[in-house]
Amino acid sequence: MHELSVTQKLLELALDRAQRAGGGRIRRLHVVIGELSSMIDDSVAFYWDLISQGTAAEGAQLTFERVAAELGCQQCGCRYQLKASKLTCPDCGSTSVSILAGDELLLQSIDLVRVAKPEKTGGRQP
Amino acid sequence: MIERVTVVERIMDANDRLAQANLTRLDQAGVVAVNLMASPGAGKTSLIERTLDALGGQLRVAVIDGDIATSLDAERAAAAGARAVQINTGGQCHLDSSMLQQALDQLPLAELDLLIIENVGNLICPSGFQLGAHHAVLVASVPEGDDKPYKYPGMYRGVNALILNKVDLLPYVPFNLDYFRQGVEVLNPGLEFLPLSCQTGEGLESWMSWLRARLPGVGR
Repeated sequence: MHELSVTQKLLELALDRAQRAGGGRIRRLHVVIGELSSMIDDSVAFYWDLISQGTAAEGAQLTFERVAAELGCQQCGCRYQLKASKLTCPDCGSTSVSILAGDELLLQSIDLVRVAKPEKTGGRQP
Repeated sequence: MIERVTVVERIMDANDRLAQANLTRLDQAGVVAVNLMASPGAGKTSLIERTLDALGGQLRVAVIDGDIATSLDAERAAAAGARAVQINTGGQCHLDSSMLQQALDQLPLAELDLLIIENVGNLICPSGFQLGAHHAVLVASVPEGDDKPYKYPGMYRGVNALILNKVDLLPYVPFNLDYFRQGVEVLNPGLEFLPLSCQTGEGLESWMSWLRARLPGVGR
């Protein structure tokens, strides 16, 4: 359910950055979602279509890059993927581990299409 | 022509910035805020009642209650002697920093010592939304089972203290305390662990000591 709030934040951030970059229509957003961030792509996409209507991001495509949770053992140095039933190091059993990847929730980039501005010398402006 | 604009910004950044503003506001008013999170039924409201009772009116306490629709919890907090503000999230599964900001507007902060924020009962969503509290406390409970750190790592990683409520049920419920604590240790090394029972009162004094130690200049 928190996907709605997160999608709203995503829209606000994208619109703000598009504005700062000089404006235009947003065609695509590249979003990085870590496994530990508990976000469901389909749910974000569903809310996106609803809340982006009427904005400069209406109709923009979402591209998701999923990042698997990866842990690193501080005792023996091995790296391993997260398994639901076990968090300790599979090699040496240590609880002294750090999370190396998987808690990302980032807007990586946006693809903008410039909206043509009226030419200054064109005389079409009042 | 399509132009790619690099952003690389955390999507929750705006929420976190407002959380920082809430924290500054609380600091300026001299209020210590605790964000209580838990699954539904773990005992957040019971813990608040027990805490208010143990404080015995020594502190000026307010409770902000996040709830999807009802005001039952806020009524219990008010009956136990706190100023209570209800936030109905209208179906949202968590509080965020703007909801806290609105709740703070309704409180006389200068007249308070302690603010307890009872988040919406949920082990997933609240962990992603910073509020601007000084301390985040998770209330786990024995009947939920010993696998919860493994299933909800985000929640267990983001807190400063872990209460295990309903320890009076340990003899009756399969709950491997070692397995539970091993998961917690991986996710949040050295996390303060406070086993207690709001029903029997066992362990409550340790929780109260932890809380009092975080309230400078009051409760002596």
